[in-house]
Amino acid sequence: MKLFCIGLSHHTANVATREQYAGSATAESITRQSGCAEALLLTTCNRVEVYAVSDKRISTDEIERCLMANTERNPDDYAPPFYRYEDNSCVQHLFRVASGLDSMVVGESEILGQAKKAYESARASGAVGPYLHRLFQRAFRVAKQVRTHTDIARGAVSVGSVAVELAQRIFGKLSECKVLVLGAGENSERTTRALVSRGVTDLRVSNRSLDRARELAQFVGGRAVPFDDWVAQCRDIDILLTSTASETPLLTSEVLEPMLWERLDRPLFIIDIAVPRDVDPRVNELEGVYLYDIDSIRSVAEQSLALRRQQIAAAEAIIADHVAEFFDSISRTLNRLSHGAEHSSVGENSLRVSKS
Amino acid sequence: MALAPHVSRYENCQVGAPTYNKPGPVERYFLIASTFCFLAAVVHTVIELRTKVFRPMRLNFLAIGLGFIFQTAFLWIRGKELGRCPITNLFEVFVFLAWSVALVYMLVGPTYRLSLMGAFTAPLVLLLQGFALIAPIDIRHPVTVPGNSWLEFHASMSLVAYGAFALACIAGVMYLLQERQLKTHHLHSIFYHLPPLTNLFAAITRLLWWGFALYTVGIVSGFFTGHPLPRIQVVAAITLWLLYAAILQARHLNWLAPKRVATLCIVGFSAALALLWGITFTAELHHVP
Repeated sequence: MKLFCIGLSHHTANVATREQYAGSATAESITRQSGCAEALLLTTCNRVEVYAVSDKRISTDEIERCLMANTERNPDDYAPPFYRYEDNSCVQHLFRVASGLDSMVVGESEILGQAKKAYESARASGAVGPYLHRLFQRAFRVAKQVRTHTDIARGAVSVGSVAVELAQRIFGKLSECKVLVLGAGENSERTTRALVSRGVTDLRVSNRSLDRARELAQFVGGRAVPFDDWVAQCRDIDILLTSTASETPLLTSEVLEPMLWERLDRPLFIIDIAVPRDVDPRVNELEGVYLYDIDSIRSVAEQSLALRRQQIAAAEAIIADHVAEFFDSISRTLNRLSHGAEHSSVGENSLRVSKS
Repeated sequence: MALAPHVSRYENCQVGAPTYNKPGPVERYFLIASTFCFLAAVVHTVIELRTKVFRPMRLNFLAIGLGFIFQTAFLWIRGKELGRCPITNLFEVFVFLAWSVALVYMLVGPTYRLSLMGAFTAPLVLLLQGFALIAPIDIRHPVTVPGNSWLEFHASMSLVAYGAFALACIAGVMYLLQERQLKTHHLHSIFYHLPPLTNLFAAITRLLWWGFALYTVGIVSGFFTGHPLPRIQVVAAITLWLLYAAILQARHLNWLAPKRVATLCIVGFSAALALLWGITFTAELHHVP
């Protein structure tokens, strides 16, 4: 039995090439057309990969044909940059993919959910047998272990998630935080949604145009505040998110400092994602105020990514242990089953026999 | 006065030349085993620091838990040998204080989900206990004084209060560390494992209240011991009590920002340690002929 993986990813192909191969085939159609014993198709925005088990060698071209079955390929296209991993290296590749080590954003966890969906879909269509079942169950275990035992998934890497992460490090539960959103543009909306997704319920939206403020407030489940009143709100709120088109700073330390005396025991977290900035940088020098502008948020995201990269070696070590152990266990099973098959003279596919 | 453990009782007694205690092998092994447990927790933290990976450290909690059990065994054996609470000299006071710190951590750490607090607690306990083991301070005064339950209660209660103040100090260090990272925008791996600022501040406040309440009980019980207390010890103990009372009052009335309260916790505990040293040391000096 040969285990192999054929595919292309963001490392080897651009999105135009990847989208040619995505969506037209299924695990079941690949099994049927290529003659594999088992197959699983993993399609995400960053990769199209086929994991398969077969008695005979299946060429990369055959798999490519299966993936392109329902599409018209331009004969003038260059040969697509498919990669191929077999046996040990295939197992290692899958474990790396599931753990997020092969992702565009190292350590992202979305890939694990996508791999689980691909596995469920292939299993439902009957394309997954005992070999791929064990392989993928182990991959899910490895991914979980890597996330638990290393900091590979630590830290946020997008503006919204950095804002949420920082807010949680200051306030803990966000459900009790009062948030004022200043400026009702697209950037504000995205970051506000990230905060709402983590439990923020007390939301106030202020904008020069009150109608636009009402619109966003309705969309995120908050209430609109007249633009003239937003400064006074700073006495009461915990988080200020600003993203207006103002050419000059709207909030300075002179304006904010007197208000801080009334709220000495409560920190104020300010997220200023406007360019030019809405908040004077000197505000960060005030006690209990934590000001993050777009550059500092990006810097935090980069630090998180650097931290994740530092964890790659530790994650690879966990994966290497599992690859060796998985191969030992699968070889023992195959030997045992092949002995059993010889004695009982049943079928050529020992793993299929074990299933029945 | 507060924290002039049984040492102060000797003032009214005829004392002979002091002799160094020779703890029995089992008793000493328990203390050494306990110290090694705390050392293991510290080494584990240092390794994690070097690899830049901080985890919610279950190993730390286990090591501290085991160290606490060994400490308790040591104190129990020593107490049985002395026939009273084992806080009769500087050595025992340090071990008892280390035990109090570990005790308060065991009670507070898991309750407030401050798992990383163990990483900060273990070095302090190791320092106190290591010093007690290495320094020649285990001096036995050849006196036999009838037990005084008020005195024992006063001294032990004050030392447990010190344990709470020590934990408030540790939470203060954690607060300042987290606050600095948030202010400067330089986030290290430890940032993601430290509790949120508001949770740390809540823990500081609760620890201060617990410590203050226990210390008050300790001080008040000192007046029932039936022994004349040195004026300087009374003044020092009441000054410390007033310092913590002022911190709590300022916190209650929101006169102080959390960062300043955290800083004052460190200052307060440093003062408390100096006071403990001063009281116990001067009390011991009284006994040296």
